[in-house]
Amino acid sequence: MNDIAQGLWQALILVVSLDADLVEITVLSLRVSLTATLIASAIGLPLGAWLAVNRFPLRRGVIATLNALMGLPPVVVGLIVYVLFSRSGPFGVLGLLFTPTAMIIAQVIIITPIIASITHQTIRELWSEYRDLLISLHTTRRQRIAALLWDGRRALMTASLAGFGRAIGEVGAIMIVGGNIDHATRVLTTAIALETGKGAFDMALGLGFVLIALAIAVNLALHMVSNTERGARW
Amino acid sequence: MRLRTLALVLLAACAAPAASAETVMRMAVTTSFANSGLAEALLPRFREETGITVQLLIVGSGQALTMGAAGDVDVILSHDPQAEAAWLAEGYGTERREIMYNDFVIVGPRDDPADVAGASTASQAIVRIAEAGALFVSRGDESGTHVAERRLWHAAGIEPSGAWYRAIGQGMGAALNTAAAMEAYTLSDRGTWLAFENRRGLALLFSGDPALFNQYALLPVNPERHPHVRAEAVARLAEWLTSQTAQTLIDGFHRDGVQLFHFNAHVAQ
Amino acid sequence: MVATVLPLTLEEVTLHRNGRCILGPVSLEIPGGGITVVMGPNGSGKTSLLRAMHGLERINAGQVRWSGETERVRASQAFVFQSPILMRRTVVDCIAYPLRLSGMGRGAARTLAAQKGAEVGLADSLNQPAHVLSGGERQKMALARALIRDPQVLFLDEPCANLDGRATLDIETILTEARNAGTTLIMSTHDIGQARRLADRVVFLHDGKLVEEARGASFFAAPKSAEAAAYLRGDLLT
Ligand SMILES: Nc1ncnc2c1ncn2[C@@H]1O[C@H](COP(=O)(O)OP(=O)(O)OP(=O)(O)O)[C@@H](O)[C@H]1O
Ligand SMILES: [Mg+2]
Repeated sequence: MNDIAQGLWQALILVVSLDADLVEITVLSLRVSLTATLIASAIGLPLGAWLAVNRFPLRRGVIATLNALMGLPPVVVGLIVYVLFSRSGPFGVLGLLFTPTAMIIAQVIIITPIIASITHQTIRELWSEYRDLLISLHTTRRQRIAALLWDGRRALMTASLAGFGRAIGEVGAIMIVGGNIDHATRVLTTAIALETGKGAFDMALGLGFVLIALAIAVNLALHMVSNTERGARW
Repeated sequence: MRLRTLALVLLAACAAPAASAETVMRMAVTTSFANSGLAEALLPRFREETGITVQLLIVGSGQALTMGAAGDVDVILSHDPQAEAAWLAEGYGTERREIMYNDFVIVGPRDDPADVAGASTASQAIVRIAEAGALFVSRGDESGTHVAERRLWHAAGIEPSGAWYRAIGQGMGAALNTAAAMEAYTLSDRGTWLAFENRRGLALLFSGDPALFNQYALLPVNPERHPHVRAEAVARLAEWLTSQTAQTLIDGFHRDGVQLFHFNAHVAQ
Repeated sequence: MVATVLPLTLEEVTLHRNGRCILGPVSLEIPGGGITVVMGPNGSGKTSLLRAMHGLERINAGQVRWSGETERVRASQAFVFQSPILMRRTVVDCIAYPLRLSGMGRGAARTLAAQKGAEVGLADSLNQPAHVLSGGERQKMALARALIRDPQVLFLDEPCANLDGRATLDIETILTEARNAGTTLIMSTHDIGQARRLADRVVFLHDGKLVEEARGASFFAAPKSAEAAAYLRGDLLT
């Protein structure tokens, strides 16, 4: 109990004093995870919708794979990305290992299946509602997916937020591919791991509370923005 | 169209900040170097004098050598002489420069059930732990500390195994956290121990045997194998770490009134 | 005037579902113009027939043949479903949607949609979400959406089910106007009075079979089949 109280106190001190290091790692956390969420959404939303709208022979297999990939351990993703982007790996020449870009790539791999899978569920329901209309209106495949994604946007925001939540709280993969380099690739979760390693539990907990607050803030911000959108009460 | 505005704001927030023109190099270092606070005492000064930023990857010595072999870092600071020699023999690096040493300490529960504090040598100390069957936490991660620990067991003629011997496969901090929670003995470098904040019932029980000395060496990655390494910056660092400035800083680095590292490089004149 | 996609010809069209024949074989020709009313008791296959004509149902045997190439044929039809399909948008955006699909800009599409919405009597609800509309208003919205691309052929599956007299009259007025403007209407209804008011031609189904096909006036004056006669009398067909 005492540890938690100290952690809260530490979090308060960090936030109130706008600690420069805290600001830096928080901004990097946000930048990496938001970028990863944007990219993963750009892939996962259309992919999920496409799977909901199309019938093809391997469809069940693809959906099962997608659902299985949701449980992919981040450490495995981290290792794979590490090996691929290591200087002795196939993409070594790009020099991306231990950069925020590598962290974004790893997170995109981790959260795209989540976003695609939730999107698939959501869009499948909407599609069964819209099917007759969209076929009757002689829509192209692309137009169907666009309409479903647009009209399902509020539910789909949940899909993206789930992806963001997983990304911002993820430590296994980005520790490996980012290297937790101070002032370069250190983010909230890897900093927490570091402070825990130092036995500085109050600091680690403090950062943990900042992380939780950040995740809540991003969720609230998005909901507020979408709530003020006109005529969006579905 | 608030959604569009939001998207724009997000994009702007995500855009990468402009890359700086300064030289950046990467060094894989052991936990003890970073966690003790010595890195903070040295590197900002190096940057001030040379304009070179050193990015640290804090890993065990084994992983540091692997990173160097793959060309993912420019230089390594490690403390595992045998593995370092093998690594050099493979042609992964150009040289091995000894920089400084510190020492390992045996920490354990303050009431010391195995009476480690009463031992006269490190070897005797760990034999007592094994004979008492007292809990012992091993790093088990191929780090320099882990290798040093194995060397101790080997010298004492003991093959540690059994329920009392817990290999956790994690860093020094995690090992200390685990030892504190389990009231177990463990081997730690002095720097990490002094900087460690979650000691609970742990105390330093044994130190000072030369068998516990821990030599740190700088190993530049071979630019012939990996042309992209920043050999020039590495050379500046090697030169600086063996200079009198570095000597003053390293020998002057104290924690709780204790000197943590002892400079022993051949000072370039 | 664009080239017509009519007449529409059905040859031995048959639908099987769950191992049961739910429609056909039906052979039928629908010429351009006028209102064709499909009648018959519940489950007789009215919806299935309209959907088969429109290309929404897989056909197990026979042929649905339009005149002209597929692309133009598909683009010149519209369908109003038995229960209106609402998009999660405002009324005006729902009505504008088919225009947006054809590549019209948002502003122009919404202007036209607002006009069409006003024509069907939805002027006050244009900026409401579609799902707040009443049953009759939903039907009107669906009708406006179906008419917005000026289809040559308009299918309507019981467009006035559940509507009261006032709303029914409004919709019938719109349908008559469309017919007078040259649109070919094919609709199903349960309402014998409505069929009498609107039908130029009648197609009568029973148990998935085409029982009678006749001009409106002669059908109501003297149905030739026993089933149709009984239905018009108000007897319950089993
Ligand atoms: N997909 C389907 N699978 C199985 N049976 C079906 C399917 N579609 C329609 N049917 C059956 O075919 C028959 C004809 O249905 P249809 O909807 O065409 O009737 P309807 O004349 O439109 O009836 P109503 O007046 O009640 O609207 C019904 O018995 C219905 O249960
Ligand atoms: Mg029906």
